[in-house]
Amino acid sequence: MAEPISGTDSEARELDDVQFRFREDEMVDHPAVTVDAFVGQTNASAVRIEPGDDARDLLPHLGRIALVEVNFPSFGDGRGYSAARILREAGYQGELRAVGDVLIDQLSHMRRCGFDSFAPGVRLDEEDAARAFATWPEVYQAAVDGRAPIWTLRHGERNGDTNG
Amino acid sequence: MYQYDRYDQQMVDARVAEFRDQVRRRLDGKLTEDQFKPLRLMNGLYLQLHAYMLRVAVPYGTLNSTQMHMLGTIADKYDRGYGHFTTRQNIQYNWIKLEDAPDILAELSTVEMHAIQTSGNCIRNISADHFAGAAADEVADPRPYAELMRQWSSFHPEFSYLPRKFKIAVIASETDRAAMRLHDIGIRIHKNDAGELGAAFYVGGGMGRTPMISHLVREWVPLDRLITYAEACLRVYNRYGRRDNKYKARIKILLHEIGAEDYAAQVDAEYQQLLDQGVEPPFAELQRIRTFFADPPFVEGLSDGVDQSDPAFAAWVQQNTHLHRVHGYTSATISLKPVGGIPGDATAAQIHLMADLAKEFSFDECRVTHAQNIVLPHVEQRRLYELWQRLDTAGLATANLDNIGDIIACPGLDYCSLANARAIPLAQKISQRFSDNGKDAVIGELKLKISGCINACGHHHAGHIGVLGVDRKGRENYQLLLGGSEGADTSLGKITGPGFDEDGVVDAIEKTTEVYLAQRQDGERFLDTYRRIGMEPFKEALYG
Repeated sequence: MAEPISGTDSEARELDDVQFRFREDEMVDHPAVTVDAFVGQTNASAVRIEPGDDARDLLPHLGRIALVEVNFPSFGDGRGYSAARILREAGYQGELRAVGDVLIDQLSHMRRCGFDSFAPGVRLDEEDAARAFATWPEVYQAAVDGRAPIWTLRHGERNGDTNG
Repeated sequence: MYQYDRYDQQMVDARVAEFRDQVRRRLDGKLTEDQFKPLRLMNGLYLQLHAYMLRVAVPYGTLNSTQMHMLGTIADKYDRGYGHFTTRQNIQYNWIKLEDAPDILAELSTVEMHAIQTSGNCIRNISADHFAGAAADEVADPRPYAELMRQWSSFHPEFSYLPRKFKIAVIASETDRAAMRLHDIGIRIHKNDAGELGAAFYVGGGMGRTPMISHLVREWVPLDRLITYAEACLRVYNRYGRRDNKYKARIKILLHEIGAEDYAAQVDAEYQQLLDQGVEPPFAELQRIRTFFADPPFVEGLSDGVDQSDPAFAAWVQQNTHLHRVHGYTSATISLKPVGGIPGDATAAQIHLMADLAKEFSFDECRVTHAQNIVLPHVEQRRLYELWQRLDTAGLATANLDNIGDIIACPGLDYCSLANARAIPLAQKISQRFSDNGKDAVIGELKLKISGCINACGHHHAGHIGVLGVDRKGRENYQLLLGGSEGADTSLGKITGPGFDEDGVVDAIEKTTEVYLAQRQDGERFLDTYRRIGMEPFKEALYG
């Protein structure tokens, strides 16, 4: 049976090494804290959501958050997609980073749910990833990536503006 | 029926390319089997006992003749010359090679077909009433709503890794012919007093090892809020459905644990929030889809009535046709349950013939039913005899719709890696027994459903008589259930008592029907008699 990819870049990696980032601003340079710790203190600007956390606990504090990490301990656990979208729907503009068991074939959906940086636990093949980000020529749903869904293209209700 | 525009075609083509790439990476060893599994499942590809099985989507069960021909071609070219129509209105091929799968999907895409989301923990292919657009009792054709939801649910970025599979059915009549109350979401399009159409949402039904009938969660969702409300239903499930135990991960368990009212309140809060997010397609999109489901050019002014002087034809007409909303037409069901046959199987030649007949007799349209038969929805009554003769010649005119010979059975231990017992040979024996003893027609409506394990793909909970195959100390054993129903009067069957071996359960079913025949009053169906007299007389006959 096949092994997970290792590639040439097999040296030990920090869990949160960012491999793909779709934003220009400076990266937050301090570690993310848990949701419980974050809600209880005032100086942190980076927070990490686990699958069982309620992303809505962060909504009163969005103004002071620069980075939200959403952890995927296992790629099959899809709660992080809802967490990400809820934050974007509430107007969160900061960095939204997928961390953990982040694989090639989930990248396109994660992007649509508002993730704009990716720190896979195992480094991904760059070419495969580039292809994965470009999987969908168009999209069927309105999500939070600013892409105009197909029904908009069909009926021209609004332009396909992006919100960054 | 619906036709792709360039966007739909682009999306399916993109999926084929994506899957080809995934197969390549799997074969190169870049994907582990654990990583590949959910990807192939979302493209309908299962690893079964002997080979891969490919499940091709038939959205809301509707096909044109070109598509039906393609299903026959695939059966010949990539399988062993037959296909198996399923209880989800799809078709499965049981002898597929992994490396052929991308080519099959590419061929399907040339006729606007695919295998998208026919498996996996995602929103599955959406089913509907198989008499949609034809039934006299519908308030609207349910398929435009199913198509709207098909597009919304395809490659949904938030709901592709749900706790478990998610099945949606749409109907638009009082009579439920789609087992709507046994789906994760059942949608019933209905009219209010003002004559407007809206959607009732039933959530949390399902079969499997913990069968449950769904709850009415919202009586009225306006048609221009369908997607928003569905999105809210799914989001609450995605966030709070259990993920610690796959047998408790379906939405029915969530509703059972938190209560339907609490679930409805959470959905409502999410819905209110989503109303501001612009997730609903414009009403013009629903109108656009509706135009594809406009009536075919029916001949006007035809009268009803069929010459039934040929008794074999008369039996088929009485058993296998359904009241059409246009005078002079009828919906004809082609039974894929010949005596002693494999329920739902059709050879490539039969599939091609049914495609030809759909084109010649039914405005180029046919349907797959959840009872594993094929419907020609719009047949002129004056041409019915000619149609029947063509079917009869091909061995496709079995007059047993909804009778004991019209058995639903899962693939069972002959194919399925989950099964504990065989279902197909048992179905064949039962069908043969009731043909030999001449009781099939005497008994009348009796829906018999067989599952080869507790996952209930054969819908045994919903059978008037249900059979559940289990493993008992290394031997196949069959439990008998009575009193299930999937119709407007949905109910779940109850186990009679200790199980039987294969021959024993055939005898037990015969005894059960004898109790019914002795006790029935005034043309009662088996189910009516069971409901009136209860389990005891049957137990007495079986175990007394």
